[in-house]
Amino acid sequence: MVVLQLKNKRLPIPGKLIVVEGIDGSGKSTQIRLLEKWLRYNGHHVFLTEWNSSAVVKEITSKGKKKAKLTPTTFSLLHATDFADRYERNIFPLLRAGYFVLADRYIYTAYARDATRGCSPDWVRKVYNFAVKPDITFYFRTPIDIAIERILSGRPQLKYYEAGMDLNLSKDPYDSYRIFQGRIIEQYESMVKQEGFTIIDATLGIEEQQNMMREKVAPLLPKKPQKQTITMKNNEITKRK
Amino acid sequence: MKSQKENSPIRWYGKGIPYLHDIGHKGKLIVIEGPDSSGRSSQISLLTTKLEADGHAVLSTGLKRSELIGEGILEAKQNASLGKKTLALFYAADFADQLEQKIIPALEAGYIVLADRYIFTLMARNTVRGISRKWSHDLYGFALVPDLIYYLKVDPYTLVHRVFEKNSSLDYYESGADMGLSDDMFESFILYQQKIAKEFQTMQKAYGLVAVDGDDTVEEINTVLKKKIDVFLKSRK
Repeated sequence: MVVLQLKNKRLPIPGKLIVVEGIDGSGKSTQIRLLEKWLRYNGHHVFLTEWNSSAVVKEITSKGKKKAKLTPTTFSLLHATDFADRYERNIFPLLRAGYFVLADRYIYTAYARDATRGCSPDWVRKVYNFAVKPDITFYFRTPIDIAIERILSGRPQLKYYEAGMDLNLSKDPYDSYRIFQGRIIEQYESMVKQEGFTIIDATLGIEEQQNMMREKVAPLLPKKPQKQTITMKNNEITKRK
Repeated sequence: MKSQKENSPIRWYGKGIPYLHDIGHKGKLIVIEGPDSSGRSSQISLLTTKLEADGHAVLSTGLKRSELIGEGILEAKQNASLGKKTLALFYAADFADQLEQKIIPALEAGYIVLADRYIFTLMARNTVRGISRKWSHDLYGFALVPDLIYYLKVDPYTLVHRVFEKNSSLDYYESGADMGLSDDMFESFILYQQKIAKEFQTMQKAYGLVAVDGDDTVEEINTVLKKKIDVFLKSRK
């Protein structure tokens, strides 16, 4: 009889976990995709995973989600379920196999959102304590006005939970969204030091941000001599001998 | 975050649900735990009748009945590709839904809530599958501490016959078939139920579970439970 223990710490983890965090509209998804392309171009094994994206969990919860109203606790636990599925199925096995796992949002999104919704921060951390700590967490620091403008210009229809309407902050979805995002920023800022975030100034140009990220990631690359370095210029990848 | 009132009768296993800390409830939460076919539902229906006859408002509630993912749970159990933690969190979400949408509102309204299973079955299932007790305990830190918890203890060999009388087949999950204990379904069921029973024994002390001999007849068990609950309710008047 074999009962597998999920004691991650004992198992060697040759892979690297790189995380981007920040509010909607901070540009983190664009950046992690550029990082993904760079790593792939250099022949590394890469896997990109997004928050709340497990197809299996989505299928199982889709019926109920329409019927029932989510409370902060059930909202938190369903996102934890989604995370656990991606973690058990992809993230952890791939790290064990030596992949670069890139996560567009990780446990810190749960810490920030669930605390804002009124869950106990201590409880949320305990629920997620099976997750390995990232090698680097890039936090995209964004002034709220810039982020909101980016979001509202592209996607004017805000979803109920996305706008934090369940928190009764305001009857107007746009006001609610602004207040909600502001509180999430506060949560992120409170984590910067403790969780060792690497701050990226999200008001800088796309290429400038990307180059900073690549510089930070470079030491994690396998030791064998790399012949080429790649930088971003004019939105195009440039090889340098 | 609101702080918990000094004299609040509400107790949580961990930090509780911060946004519900201010509620004051007049009801009572009574839990009946035990494996499938241990006679829980018969006991709950008899107790409901008795308590209602005594003039109490009673709500009975069980696992797998939430609107949120009650149906999804059945699908999830059949989906062998789901990991242990994923399934554990899924059950926790389902339980949280019931706790917040049914149990707590009923307690606030002064009901006696008879819960057909609670967090203990869920925690035992986690533990026998290799998840740490500490993690499960912390996970259910949002749960209310019940007023009374009974555990119908049935010998696995007795249990297997009761299951066969009802269904003539053994449930995949309740036999621990996902755990690879044995290729023989009967043996797997016995081994699994023994593990669960052992885990309940461990929890008995830690969580104050009162074991009731589930090998007795329905009437005998009911007499015991009625008496115990009566004594408790009178002591709280």
